[in-house]
This record gives sequence, C-alpha cells and structure tokens, in this order.
Amino acid sequence: MSEVNSNLHGADRHVRATTPGAQGGLADGALAILRRVPGPLIGLILVFVAFSYLSPYFLTYRNMINIFSQVSEIGIMAVGAALVIIIGGIDLSVGAVVALSLMVNAWLYRDFGVPFVLSSLIGLGVGALVGLINGVLSTYGRIQPFVATLATMSACSGLALFVTNGGPVTGFPDWFTAFASTRILGLPLESLLMVAIYLAVAYWLTFRPTGRALYAIGGSEEVARLSGIDTRRVKVLVYILAGLLAAVAALVLGARLDSAHPTAGASDLLSVIAVVVIGGASLAGGNGGMMGTFIGLLIIGVLRNGMALLNVSPNLQPVVIGIAIIIAVMLDRKPAN
Amino acid sequence: MDTTAPAPTGLHASGLKKSYGAIEVLKSVDLSLAPGRVVGLIGENGAGKSTFNAIIAGVVAPSGGQMWLDGAPYSPQSPADAINSGVALIHQEIRLLPGLSVAENLFLGRLPMKAGRVDRARMEQEARAVLETLGAHVDPRRPVGGLTMAVQQEIEIAKAVLRKPRYVIFDEPTAALGEAEAENIIDQVLRMKAAGTGVIYVSHRLDEVQRLCDEVVCLRDGNRVTHWATRPVAKDAMINAMVGRAFTFEHHAPAPSRDKVALEVEGAGRAGAFRDISFTLHEGEILGIAGLVGAGRTDVVRAIAGADRLDTGTIRVAGQAVQFRSPRGAMDAGIFMVPEDRKGLGLNLDRSAAENITLPWEKKLARFGQITGRTVNAVAERQRQRFDIRGRLGLPVSSMSGGNQQKVLLAKWLVEEPKVFIVDEPTRGVDVGAKMAIYQILRDLAAGGMGVIVVSSELEEVLGLSHRILVMSEGQARGVLPRDKASPKDVMALAVSA
Repeated sequence: MSEVNSNLHGADRHVRATTPGAQGGLADGALAILRRVPGPLIGLILVFVAFSYLSPYFLTYRNMINIFSQVSEIGIMAVGAALVIIIGGIDLSVGAVVALSLMVNAWLYRDFGVPFVLSSLIGLGVGALVGLINGVLSTYGRIQPFVATLATMSACSGLALFVTNGGPVTGFPDWFTAFASTRILGLPLESLLMVAIYLAVAYWLTFRPTGRALYAIGGSEEVARLSGIDTRRVKVLVYILAGLLAAVAALVLGARLDSAHPTAGASDLLSVIAVVVIGGASLAGGNGGMMGTFIGLLIIGVLRNGMALLNVSPNLQPVVIGIAIIIAVMLDRKPAN
Repeated sequence: MDTTAPAPTGLHASGLKKSYGAIEVLKSVDLSLAPGRVVGLIGENGAGKSTFNAIIAGVVAPSGGQMWLDGAPYSPQSPADAINSGVALIHQEIRLLPGLSVAENLFLGRLPMKAGRVDRARMEQEARAVLETLGAHVDPRRPVGGLTMAVQQEIEIAKAVLRKPRYVIFDEPTAALGEAEAENIIDQVLRMKAAGTGVIYVSHRLDEVQRLCDEVVCLRDGNRVTHWATRPVAKDAMINAMVGRAFTFEHHAPAPSRDKVALEVEGAGRAGAFRDISFTLHEGEILGIAGLVGAGRTDVVRAIAGADRLDTGTIRVAGQAVQFRSPRGAMDAGIFMVPEDRKGLGLNLDRSAAENITLPWEKKLARFGQITGRTVNAVAERQRQRFDIRGRLGLPVSSMSGGNQQKVLLAKWLVEEPKVFIVDEPTRGVDVGAKMAIYQILRDLAAGGMGVIVVSSELEEVLGLSHRILVMSEGQARGVLPRDKASPKDVMALAVSA
C-alpha cells in the first residue's frame, strides 16, 4: 500500500514542479529547485556568509588558502572514512594509523638510516596493512567493524608510542618539508593532492564497477552477494584504502610539522567522522559520496577557522562542531513516507 | 450489533475480519472453543490461520467482528492483555532469549521479588516444578542458548503454562521437530485438555490433527470453508478442503524434448536444512518445487545457486560437474537464482530500477573497466521493453508497484541468459495482471530451451506452470509428480507426509 501512496505522492510533486504557471506555481518551482541543492551546501554557504560579516579577515585570499591547507590532512583521512561508512562499516583506527605510520617512517629514517623514500613507502605499507587487518577481521573474522577497528586503534596507538618509547622524532629531509610550502598556481601542494584524491575516488565510485558496488553493499550486503558481487573482497579492499589514505595524511602532516609525534592524529578521528556525517552520509551505509564529504570538510574547516578568527575559546569550538553535526543530520533527514 | 454472549463459557469468535489496506486476509471467520476441547485449525500457507491466532492473542487488532471470553466481551489490546485474560499463544518460532537462563526466560517480565531483589531460589524452584510436570529434563539455571529446538519448544510451553491460561493456541508447535519430540508435545496438549484447558491446535501434520482434535476448522483464502464437529476427521477430506479450488487457467510451456539435461542434482544435503535431494531438470522444462513453509524448498535452491554452502552431493550443469562457493560461482556455471523476498534479498529499494538491473553485470558491461550512466540506462531500457516494466527506471525502485518491482527483479537476472533459471516465489504479493505476465515470461524462457525451477507456496502456480513437480516436506523430497498425474490433492498429500 505504501508503494501506491509514495507513487501518487511522487507524481503529485512532479506535476507541481513542472507547471509553474500561476504565482504559487512559480514559488513552488523555485522551492523544488532549492530542494535539489544538497543540504550540506546550503549549510556551507550560510556559515561562509556569516563569517564574512563577522570577521574582516575571513574573506581574504590568504585566509581561504589557509582553510584549504588546514583541512588537507583530515580531508584525506575523511575519504577513507567515507568509503568505509558507505559500505555500512566504521573505521575507528584512522587516527591511530596516522600516528603509527608516521612514527614507523620517522623511526626507520632516523634510527636505522633507511632512505627516506623507502621509509615513507614502508609507512604507507603499515597503513595498508592495518587496513587489511581491519578488513579481514570484520569480514572473514566476523567481528563487528566497530569492535575490530577499536582493537586495532588501541594496538596502533600503543605501537606508535612503543617504537620510540614515547619520544617524538624531528628532522625530516629538507626536500620533504619543502613540500609543505610548495605552491602550484598559488595553491598549496597538499591541498592539490587532497583534491586529486577526491576526484579520483569520485570517479571510482561513479564509473568503476567495483566502486559502484560499495553502494550496493552498503544498501544491503545480502542483495549484493546474491547479485554475484564478492562482497568480502570489496570490503577488505575498502578497509585497505582507508588505512592507506590515513598513511598518506600522515605524510602530509609530517611535512607540515617537520616532526613525528606518537599521538599525532589521535584527535582527528572524531573530526573525520563528523566531516563524513555532515556531508550527508548515513552510518547505516548505502549513501554518501565525495561531493558531500568535501562540502562537509569545508564546513568543518570554515567553522574552525572562523571561530579562531573571532577568538572563540578553543574549548568551546567542539561544542559548535557538535551542534553543527546535529543540525546537518536533522536537515538531511528525508521526510518520512 | 449483537452484544449477548453465545454461551456462558468458552472462547467465541464471530465474524472476525482483518484487512491490510485493500487486501482482506481474513474474511469473517467464526470459531468456538469450549473448555477441555481441542479445536484443530488447518489451511494452506496464507489461508489466514496466523492472522486469526494473532487476533485472539491480542497481537493484532481485528478490522471487524466480535469475541467473547467466558460470557464477557473480549477485545485484547495487547498480548499482555490476552495473557491476563487467560489466553496464551505459543508461537511457531521460538522467542526465547538465548543469553538468559531457563528460569529467567520462564519468568521474564514478572520475576519473583524478595526485599527488592530477584528471589532466585523461589524462581528456580518454581521453574523446576513446572518443567517436571511437563516432563522436560533441563536445569533451570542453565542458559537457553545451545538447547535443542525440542527443549526450547518445551520451555515455550512451560512459559505459557506458568501463566495458568484457560485457553491456549499452539501455532505449529511440531513444525521444526522430529517424530519422537513431536510426540512429547502431543502429550502436553492432551494433559492440558484433561486439565480443562481449551486448545486451538494449528498444524500441517494431519495425522496429529486427526489424533488430537475434537473439532477441525479449515480456512482457505481468509474464509472458514469447513467445520467438522465430530472426530475422527478423514485426512482426505481435510486435504480436499485445504486445496479445493477450481483451476481457472493453464499456463504450460510446450513439453520439453527431454533429451538434453540442463541440471542434475544428486544426493544434495545441508545439515539442519535438507538431505538426499536428487533430481534432473531438462532443457526447456519447468520443474516446480512444492511444499509447505519450512519444508526446505528455499534452502535447496539457495544451495544450488551458491548462496548457501552444500554439505553433500554433486551438481552437474549440462553434464559438467560444477563446484562453487558463492553466487558468483553459480552464475559463472550458468545457474541464476531470483531470490524470494524481493525487498530483503532481491532489490536495493533505495537505488534506481536501472541500477538494480545492471548490478550483477557491471563488470561485464564495462568498457575499459568503466561503466557510464548511459550504459546502465541503455541496458535497463532494453529490459524495460522486453518485460513491459511500467514506471520510471531512474526513480528508486521502491516507487514502483509490487508487480513492476517483481518484473525489475526478473529483468535484473535476465540481462544474460542462464542455462538454469531458478525463481523462488516469483509472484508473491503481485496483482493478477503482473502474475499472468510473469507466468508468460517463465513459459517463454522454457520454450526457448532454458531449464526453469519454480519454487512456490501457491499450489495453483506450481501445478499450472510446471512440467513436473518435486514435493518436499521436512527437508526431504517426497516424490516427483509429472504434471498429468499431479492433482492438488496428490501434492498436498505428499507435502503433509512425514
């Protein structure tokens, strides 16, 4: 019965949207167009406009570049987190993977004289390996992803402290730290890297069969499996990607700070999940995407930057982020049938 | 409205009706149950038995009709209400909490208290007492998880007995049990009857019904079709009443040539689901698999299609032995299965119809590893025309009617041509027009040389479509009937055999 109802409802809306003859029709037409604009984008525009009024420093070229640069690292992590959330999973280990892969990299480079390119590749490998473990545990091991990644998060943060006995490592090669201040066409290199990752993953999700399968798996894993998709293989791949992207974020962070801290990235986990959720993804899986995640990222970036400019206490900033999450999710809720 | 009770004692239902939207699942059913009597309730799948029971037990509210309990009007608002009035329902599926102890399950929601704490000693003692009277040998302190189905069923009964009901409904209590365990349940019913409890006994096992019941009521399509007030009731008469309906249409595909075998299954079995299933399917043939709910039909086809593991047996497709451990493996071998339950297993309701149709084929449809919306839409449009799907392919498939959703599901599985095409409940919940269209599609596929297996709970559908019918009960094949020798009665007789 509800099928018939929603059908009628849809047809009704359709008619109203395409006959903007009368005055009310026009308004309805405008409303219909407005409805197609994603909710997160409206939110982004609102906070953007608000801060432009509130702070004279906000809407400057330099500050815009700052925002982009500041969000690169959580932006790259958020891509992996979004992929995991699309398949209906969760990855709590991303922050700890940042710390572990960066510490392993710095430790091998400093204490063992491993060439930096090689140690960086090993750092990326560590990220992918943790992802592989997450994936295998949550598919073949049948452990809920929340629990599996909670365990690897704990293990990774411990190992990150263990390798250097808790001490930070400073002094990366100059050519590496120089990346952090490299500008191409006036844009920071890390931001370009981030945008390239978003575009590549968006292409994968839209045009490649495996990427498209993520939505099918998130919508209903059993439907996907019965449709001949090797759901476990795809899920493991997604967790590997999430780990690998966290390790990439670790490199960006290392270049910017010129040092490796064993607790780096630990506080990023909640921001990363916030970005994905504000971007319109549901933790139930099956929806979300790169466009939404990117907008969510900019909302978080603008909020943080704007509040810093307005001298909002750093202790209050997470409160505002929390409110933003609630508003975003409530606005994004589809009207019930 | 008549407000006087028909009798000072007993449970009486008069003109009970239930409809969901425009669909009437129960159309004015009467039933009377006196204390100390056992009334059997029989009927095909979907005849309305479960709805009737749910109304009596306060699980769902009726759309019309009246009930009286021992002379007073009775209209339970909730299961708790019904239990407090002295009416208990023992469910078909076991609903115990595996993590809690036997005693805690028995007293769930009304644990005996002493000084603000649970009085465990008293609880366990009372639990032990009731289990003993039922002849169940189980320690009330152990958790329910891990106990056999038979013991769990006994605990369910003990749970009902503890509330001292005057009227009890047993909803297929023996469906999941073996012969000896069923015997124990029958003893419990007889004991209750002797103690003056009125029992409604639902079962597909007609010899049980024959032995136990003082009266038998048969439902069909939501109507009470027959009522026998004296025992014993002949099994033949019960089967006739359950299936008795005129066949209004025939939809056979041309007879298969029978020289080429599409699928051979030999000695297939899976622990706890089915065993020793063997059959052959010829090219161009439609093989129906009939049986009651829970007979293991779906388990068999799921295993053949790689959705579940197969413990024993061999499968040959076109003479070639095949082995696979996933639906993809079965698809590569040429076996496609359209699962039952299009909403839960077949389609992703939030995605568009087009995306649903191409989901299994995206890797094959991709060019240079890339698939575009244009390809998806082109394939979907081709399928729309072939299967006459009405509705917009770009909208979420949930916006379509049930019949069109089912066509989308068939279209999804027929983007490529399988050697063996399995459909499980192909017309559940679709209107007559779409039903006819789906029958035509299946007929055409068989006429084109495909081997088709149809699993259906609708006898009429199996009989009307199939060249041969494999009848299952309790996880075993009870016989293969050729179409010209299969009457509804024969199929039902095999389906209720044990």
